[in-house]
Amino acid sequence: MPTFVYMTRCDGCGHCVDICPSDIMHIDKKYRRAMNIEPNMCWECYSCVKACPHQAIDVRGYADFAPLGHSVRVIRDEEKGTIAWKIKFRDGREKNFLSPITTQPWGTKIPDFRNEAQPTEEMRNSELLAFEPESIRLDDGGLHTLESNGLKLKEGVYY
Amino acid sequence: MITNTPIAALNAAGISYDTMQTYVMVMVALVIVMTIADMLHKKSAKFFFESADAAKKNAVKSISAGEKMGIAASTIATDVVTSGEFHNPVRRIVHLLTMYGFILFNASTAAMVFGANGADAMWTQVWHVGAIMLAIGSVWFWFVFKVDVAAEGNSPFSIDIRRDIFSLSLMATSITALIWSFNGNAMGWEFALVILSTASLFGGVYWSKFSHMFFKPFAAYDKRIRKADGSAENLPTITRDEPEQQQRHSMELLVDAPMDMGLGIKREAPKHY
Repeated sequence: MPTFVYMTRCDGCGHCVDICPSDIMHIDKKYRRAMNIEPNMCWECYSCVKACPHQAIDVRGYADFAPLGHSVRVIRDEEKGTIAWKIKFRDGREKNFLSPITTQPWGTKIPDFRNEAQPTEEMRNSELLAFEPESIRLDDGGLHTLESNGLKLKEGVYY
Repeated sequence: MITNTPIAALNAAGISYDTMQTYVMVMVALVIVMTIADMLHKKSAKFFFESADAAKKNAVKSISAGEKMGIAASTIATDVVTSGEFHNPVRRIVHLLTMYGFILFNASTAAMVFGANGADAMWTQVWHVGAIMLAIGSVWFWFVFKVDVAAEGNSPFSIDIRRDIFSLSLMATSITALIWSFNGNAMGWEFALVILSTASLFGGVYWSKFSHMFFKPFAAYDKRIRKADGSAENLPTITRDEPEQQQRHSMELLVDAPMDMGLGIKREAPKHY
């Protein structure tokens, strides 16, 4: 079942709106709270559920791991770098999981693009970079940066 | 303007402090009656206690009286005094301005009316500062948050009485009070607007969001209690602070990680919509 919002918990901060990969979490026009505008298009990726600082968004878990009557709740703890899950079955049994947010050992995969070498001619002509130089206008009047195009890089999340 | 309130001018124009005191008491009575009616209508208190009882059944540990005192203190320090429950920074600033403006404005009005001294130097300044804070907070709330709504195609001027009566009444009360003070016309149209605005603010509690100021501290306290007793509304309670959790196979990647890994996605306020 797609995501839904507990209206009394939501303060309309917009974290879910920012993070939703399908752009279907919106701020409701009337109540100024988040809502899923198109449940049919929800992948149930849980991004908004984890991003919500008030735990105001919920999803009914898939029946294969949590049969009807269960509760599946998650907390993404940025400070500790973890995601914790609690699954509570209707007979009262509980399962608790704790995982790192990162999928790589901590601190080893923070990208530093300034130190990366430019692609060689061979790489540029390979099928792996097919059309890439043209699409990013690599040979069109010098180096195109975010700054020169009036854009700003979101600081992002590195672990 | 800031050295004198229209309350003194009103008294000089023939409205006695006794009459003003009666009006204030009627407003207080309205707030009490309307809040009770609101509770009965929404059954909010019934729901609150039933929900708290249900949560107690899921508690994994009992909380001592001392811990409860500590939780109450942190609720007051964080949720009540500094509006710490807001994760939307602008909304938090606006709420603080409106809340403290409202408190200062009402406290100074009551002090001057019941002290029968509308020209008291200190309270006069507090009255104006409170009214200005309330005006800024309520206008900011109305327009800035309206702009966000307008970004999704809604008119910033669309008014829905049940949705907007509280913020509109706050805005009208503070602005008309300031105009009343600035014009110095104690018994003019400004005064009529002030009476209308305050009557709408305190008389509209049943329909408005006014009574949240009484309920919210209890709800915030209850939320913290649930976290402390382990019921936590079925939310996970295990964290990386616990040594046995650090030994989990799934936590291998964070063996060398610091306990504070930064703000993550909260580094930047959400603004990309």
